[in-house]
Parts: sequence; structure tokens; C-alpha cells
Amino acid sequence: MTLPNLDLPPLLPEIILIGMALLLLVVDMAARFRDARAEGSLMAGLTFASVLIAAGATAAGIGGGDASVAGVVLVDDLSRYLNLVVLLAAGLSVLLAWAYVPQFSRESSSFYALVLLATAGMMFMGKSVELITLFVSLEILSVSLYILTGFNRHQLASAEGALKYFLLGAFSSGFFLYGLALFYVQTGSTQLAEIAAQDSGGVLLLIGLGLLLVGFFFKLAGVPFHMWAPDAYQGAPTPVTGFMSVATKAAAFIALFRVLAAVPGVPVEVWGWAVAIVAVLTMTWGNFAALRQKSLKRMLAYSSIAHAGYMMTGLVAGTDALNAILYYLFAYAFMNIGAFAVAAMLERPTPNAPQDATIDAARGLFDRRPALATAMAIFMLSLTGIPPLVGFFGKLYVFGAAVSAGWAWLAVVGMLNSVVSAYYYLRVVVVMFMAPEDETSYVRSRIPAGAGTAIAVAVTGVLLMGLLATPVFVELGRAVIALR
Amino acid sequence: MIPTTYILLLSALIFTIGAVGVLVRRNALIIFMSIEMMLNSVNLTLIAAANQWGNLTGQIFVFIVIAVAAVEVAVGLAIIMAIVRHKDTTNIDEVHLLKG
Repeated sequence: MTLPNLDLPPLLPEIILIGMALLLLVVDMAARFRDARAEGSLMAGLTFASVLIAAGATAAGIGGGDASVAGVVLVDDLSRYLNLVVLLAAGLSVLLAWAYVPQFSRESSSFYALVLLATAGMMFMGKSVELITLFVSLEILSVSLYILTGFNRHQLASAEGALKYFLLGAFSSGFFLYGLALFYVQTGSTQLAEIAAQDSGGVLLLIGLGLLLVGFFFKLAGVPFHMWAPDAYQGAPTPVTGFMSVATKAAAFIALFRVLAAVPGVPVEVWGWAVAIVAVLTMTWGNFAALRQKSLKRMLAYSSIAHAGYMMTGLVAGTDALNAILYYLFAYAFMNIGAFAVAAMLERPTPNAPQDATIDAARGLFDRRPALATAMAIFMLSLTGIPPLVGFFGKLYVFGAAVSAGWAWLAVVGMLNSVVSAYYYLRVVVVMFMAPEDETSYVRSRIPAGAGTAIAVAVTGVLLMGLLATPVFVELGRAVIALR
Repeated sequence: MIPTTYILLLSALIFTIGAVGVLVRRNALIIFMSIEMMLNSVNLTLIAAANQWGNLTGQIFVFIVIAVAAVEVAVGLAIIMAIVRHKDTTNIDEVHLLKG
């Protein structure tokens, strides 16, 4: 008897992250810290370093071919690019959390350990080609995020967001799991490749796929499975909101692609309609609910629901749209986390934790902090989809993929929705540039170095990826060509 | 031997009862219990299928599901405790700070 061949080096990025997560907890036990800030800085620094190293290890592997580890995870260029999206979101959020977390917590080590575990879970989810692995990685990321959402437990909003996220998340995990179990009942295997090799479908596969889609839509915050999202996003500490709104979507989309490509006997004409209907509901509901928000964070939460809808538009085009969705995910990581970073700067501190920023807090921001206001304006215009910013090209590619797959009406609905979204994004710009400052205005007197760096990187990303849209898109297309 | 189909139908029934419980009950702990019921009905499905197919994958899957359910219990109870500290209630209808 021989041991199964475990090729670990392809999984080096994940090993680095998990190793660092454990190390952080050990360091916390061994070291004595002067105050919360000293602990926070050390932990954030170590976390950021491990994220950079993992990103470097991932980037070095791009173009290096496919590697299957123990038959349960597949390391290909698609999963490497997913790694980069998730690590980008994690890196920016860690920079933002650097000075943010010590404001309310002395437990920075657990915070960053959970961020690293969630990141590793997302990275595994995108490369799992086996159902048990898929379920476990989904749970690793979900459970870490439940805790992170409620991390500021002294604040009711945070605990409430965590409760709603947890109850509905666990509920959806039940559906997800039942879907996976029905795949196994029908085919007797949990390997996606063996499931795909079945010559016919079967009614249980169809029911299983339906349940699985419900689970995925919950994680992606697709309407009507979105009820948890605004509350969890608003209650969670702002760096966590930015992280989970981007990275969870990225992991779930890629995993969904792998599953949809594997299910036999269920053509795109069948599940395409389910996805299209949810996409339309998601975009429309997200945008119209965002219109009437007063809290900046809650508005961005609904906007994030709407963006999940835009991305689902690309999903109906099947694997042909994979590079469009990957591009959108990169774009979304830059512009959305950037917007949340600016929102965090507008939060008025209280003894417990920073208070939610209202849109009015941005009144007269341009007069007080022109650079910050300009950065926020760039993020808002990019989220609206104004060329030549990255958000425009993201929508162009995703809607373009939908049109060439014969779903032109879906792209039209998406474009109409973008017009609606312009109203609430541009309102923020108007408030920042035109409205006079009054007693509701607030901005931190000093922008922490970490948050400042995160905003600067995000602005650079939004501008650069917009200018270099075509070469980036072509490169992403090369990465996913093997899957067609 | 009991036919696999019967066991699958039973577990589908338990899953449905669990799902309905989540939707109609208002106490966070009971909702949580209903979710556990859903997970355990899936375990029953997996065991039945493992028996039917004669391989161990399903049984391994069950062990993993049990471990995950334990993790969810630990985290879920902690979150419910955090709410009880603030509001002294486990009724989810009374937890409504965030809305709109």
C-alpha cells in the first residue's frame, strides 16, 4: 500500500496563510503588548506580509500548467487568478483594518487569524473539484465571516448583523449540503469529473442543482435570498464588510462555474433562466433599495447586491464569460473596497466603536480633504460605470458576453439598472463637492497610514485597470481558454 | 432490508420539517435546532446512498458534516449569547436595530 501522492507546493499560498493564522495566535499568547495599537500593528503587519508572499507565490505559478492535489483540488490559472482577487481584497482590507480594529478590540490576533482563514477558505473553494472539499471550504469561509461580522460584540449592530448572517447562512448551508448529497445519491461519487462523466442527468441531479443554486445565491446575496446582506454588511466592522462583499462573491462565482460546467444533462437553457431571473431581481432590487438609504455603508451594501446581479448576467453566458467575470471581480475589488475605506474615514468615533457614516457626513468633504473627496468621486463614478474607469469596462465585458450568448434583453436590463444606480452614486459626489459643510459633516482629522495606502492603491487600480483594460482582459481570456 | 428510496423520502421529510421550522419559529435557539435537523437529515441521505452504492465516500462525508455542525454550534451559541447580553432576549423579532 502506498500513500496517496500529495503534491503540496501548488498549495503553497494557502499553506502560508494558514501557517500565519496559527502563528498569530501563538504570538499573541507569548507576547506582552503595551496597548491595543501595538498589538494591532504587529498582527496587521504579519498578516499583510503573509498575504503579499502568498500573492507572490500565486503570481509566480501563473502559466505553470494545471496541478491536481489528491484529486480534490485543481490548481489551474483560473484558480490562480481567483487567488489574486481574494488576496487583493484581503490585502486592502488588512491595510484598512490596521488602525481600525484597535479602536474597539484588544483581540487583533484572532481578528487577523480569522481573516487569513477566511481567505484560505475562499481560495480552496475556487479550486475544489470535489463536493466534500467544496462544502468544507465554504464552511471555513462562512464560519470565519460570521465571527468577523460580530467581532465588535459590544455594539448591538455588530452582534445583530452576525446573528442574521449566521442564521440565514447556516440555513443556506443546509440547502447547499442537501444539493451536494443528492448529487452523490444520483451518481455515487463526489468527484465533479466523475459526475460530469455520467451520460445522462436524472431528476435528483436537477433537484440537487436547484438546491445548490439556492445555497450559492444566498452566499452571493442574490434576491430573493439577500435578506441578511444589508444588515450583516452594515453591522460588520467596515474592513470586514469590504472584504466579504468582494471576496465571498469571487469564490462563490468561480465555484459555481465549476459545478455548472460539471452537471450532466442540465443544459444552459435550463439553469440559465433561473440565473437570469435572479440576476434581474438582484440588480433591480439592489439599485432601488439603495436609492433611499441614508447610511453610506448600507447604501454601499445594496450597491454590492446590485453588482452581484451584474456579475450574474455574465454567468448565463457560461464558460465563455469567465474572463469577463474575473475582470469584473478585480475591478470590483478595487472600487468597492476603496469606497468602503473612504466610508470608514467618515465614521465618527464613539467609546465603543466608530459610528455608522451617513451620506450627509460627506457634506463639504472636498473643501476639507480634496484628495479624499476626489478618490471617493473616482470610486463612485467607477461603480456607476463611467468610462474610462474600470467599472465601465467590467460592465462592458459582462454585458457583452451576455449579448453574444443570446441574452441581449438581460444586458439591456443591466444597462437600465446602471442608469438608476447613477442617481445614488452621483448623489454622494454632489454632496461632497457642492453641499456646504454643516454639523453633520465629519471626517477623521488624521487619515491613518494604512487606510491612506489602501485608498491610494485602490485609486491606482481603478485608473490603471481601466487604461489597460484590453491587455488585462486578453490575459484573463488566455487563463480560462482551457476550460472551454 | 429497508429500500433506499424509503430512507431518502424520510430524510426529505425531515429536511422539510427543519426548513419549515426555520421559517415559522421566532426563537433563535429553536431556529438553530431546526437548522441542525436539516443537516442531520442530509446525513441520513448520505448514509443511505453510501449503503446503496457500496462505497465509503458518503460515510466520510457524514463525519465531515458532523464536525462542521459542531463548529456551527460553537459559533452560533456565542453569537446568540452576544445578543442576549445586549437585549436579554432570543426572539429574533425583537432584534431589529438594522433595517431599511
